[in-house]
Amino acid sequence: MFKTTSDVNVLKEVARKVRIDLLKALHRAKSGHTGGSLSSVEIIVSIYFSEMRHDPGNPRWEDRDRFILSKGHGVPALYSTLAHAGYFDASELMTLRQLDSRLQGHPEYDLDIGIEASTGSLGHGLSTANGMALAFKLDGRDNRIYVLLSDGELQEGATWEAITSSSYRKLDNLCAFVDRNRFQNDGAMADIKDIEPVDEKWRAFGWEVENLPDGHDIPAILKTFEKAKTVKGKPFVVIANTVKGKGVSIFENQGKYHGVAPSDEELEIALKELGEAA
Amino acid sequence: MSATGLSDFVLEEPGESTYIREVYGKTLVELGREGRDIVVLDADLTVSTKTSYFGKEFPERFFTMGVSEQDMMATAAGFALSGKVPFASTFAVFATGRAWEHVRQSIAFPGLNVKIVATHAGVTVGEDGATHQALEDVALMRVLPNMKVIVPADAVETEQVIRAIVRDKGPVYVRLARVKFPTIFNESYHFDIGKARILRGGTDVTIFAIGIMVSEALEAARILVKGGVSACVVNVSSVKPIDVETIVKTASVTGAVVTAEDHSIIGGLGGAVSEVLGEYCPTPIKRIGMRDRFGTSGNGMKLLEHFGLKARNIADAARGLLDINRRSESVGL
Repeated sequence: MFKTTSDVNVLKEVARKVRIDLLKALHRAKSGHTGGSLSSVEIIVSIYFSEMRHDPGNPRWEDRDRFILSKGHGVPALYSTLAHAGYFDASELMTLRQLDSRLQGHPEYDLDIGIEASTGSLGHGLSTANGMALAFKLDGRDNRIYVLLSDGELQEGATWEAITSSSYRKLDNLCAFVDRNRFQNDGAMADIKDIEPVDEKWRAFGWEVENLPDGHDIPAILKTFEKAKTVKGKPFVVIANTVKGKGVSIFENQGKYHGVAPSDEELEIALKELGEAA
Repeated sequence: MSATGLSDFVLEEPGESTYIREVYGKTLVELGREGRDIVVLDADLTVSTKTSYFGKEFPERFFTMGVSEQDMMATAAGFALSGKVPFASTFAVFATGRAWEHVRQSIAFPGLNVKIVATHAGVTVGEDGATHQALEDVALMRVLPNMKVIVPADAVETEQVIRAIVRDKGPVYVRLARVKFPTIFNESYHFDIGKARILRGGTDVTIFAIGIMVSEALEAARILVKGGVSACVVNVSSVKPIDVETIVKTASVTGAVVTAEDHSIIGGLGGAVSEVLGEYCPTPIKRIGMRDRFGTSGNGMKLLEHFGLKARNIADAARGLLDINRRSESVGL
């Protein structure tokens, strides 16, 4: 079983390394989603390194908790986290998006590398998480399910079908995060199709809602895990306000880096800012 | 084969008319009683699809998803990822049309063990009209990698199909009709995924059919024999994987082929058989089915007449093909 930690300095250092490696992988791949990968790093790292019950040496372990990346385009952050957790060697990250790589452009169900569901088309992951949560309840198992959605994904009608199901079924073994980075492919969400008030909508749909002012604040993320476990009879969602492109000044809040990989020069700047020589 | 040329598992005369969706519902209950680890999901049509029978006996394993077909399909995927055998049911038009992308990404792509069993397929839906008559569901499911597509021809086959897909691992789409139609098999019939069954031997024309049209095809063969035409009838219930060997063998013997389905001839059985024969055994072919058009309201069985999907239409198509073949021979083609 993976030995989790609540040592914030350790988690911050993992997050730094996860950022560096996902940027190198995206740079090598010459395509992929930079902004939405960087905005998710602290959430995914905290889930894998501090919260979930899992075992990288036994990825089919029946008692493992599950993580579903419903915002599948952010998968470089997940691959990098999985590599650092020990699911596969970090060198494999450099095969991202290439022919014969297990690290597909969007996640493909593959338990060998810790990918629990095929995602990438938005509006699927929460429904899949619901199915898992229902199955575990049916069998009287205590596995928990974590799912990370994008804020753009809340424009998908199917997401709201799923949100309705989770609360109707009282899925308190489910904890969702919304990576609220406020950008989508075409630009700022406020300019395209705003979804505010996000928290009130989830609350109206029967969820226990936690607003996280800073989705990169690791101690605050860890607190939400504890709160999630105290909520009974309804599902729990964390609206995590994040910064698209977080950690690299030239990418932060720049909508154009939604689906663009770092150039040579941009990678150099990024690595310098992240304290890593190019 | 009997004296009338029928295989010994085919009834000499069409039997009792049955709702095969009732057989589906009852078979689910039996599977539940046998301890199979199945769960059943339905999108607000439980009485119509007959999943309500299962729900009554196994309420804890029955999930009413409401009018949320996309949610239902991806939830079924989650059940499969946790080791359950989920059945997901609704009308064919919603299961395959409304939820197609969820079926593609969350079920077919990862090859998950989800059983999509849809009812109310084809124009025989009747009075509800075009919006509810799925004429493209076989095409939509057949095109998906990993997805199997099964269309049972009567009550006996329906029970066997539902049991077979539980034994088989992986995604499958089963297409059922709304209306009751005749039972054609006796209890010795055996269904296998990937196998077509020759129901009647013949030498002049082969009729490939699915679903409700199999009994029409048998009736067409009875009509044809009166005019001295010997028709071979094949039930292609396993539309995918399709039985290339049986299709090529029977088509090559007769040299003329008619397909029959309550579905669009584009992408359905007619399309599938044309693909097989075009590649392995080019054969003159006539497709009976919906000809690139939507349905309409009316009595379900009368709509078969209205759209030319009856035994006599199949027989006419067969005779037309034979005429073409004879003319070709007479001018030495």
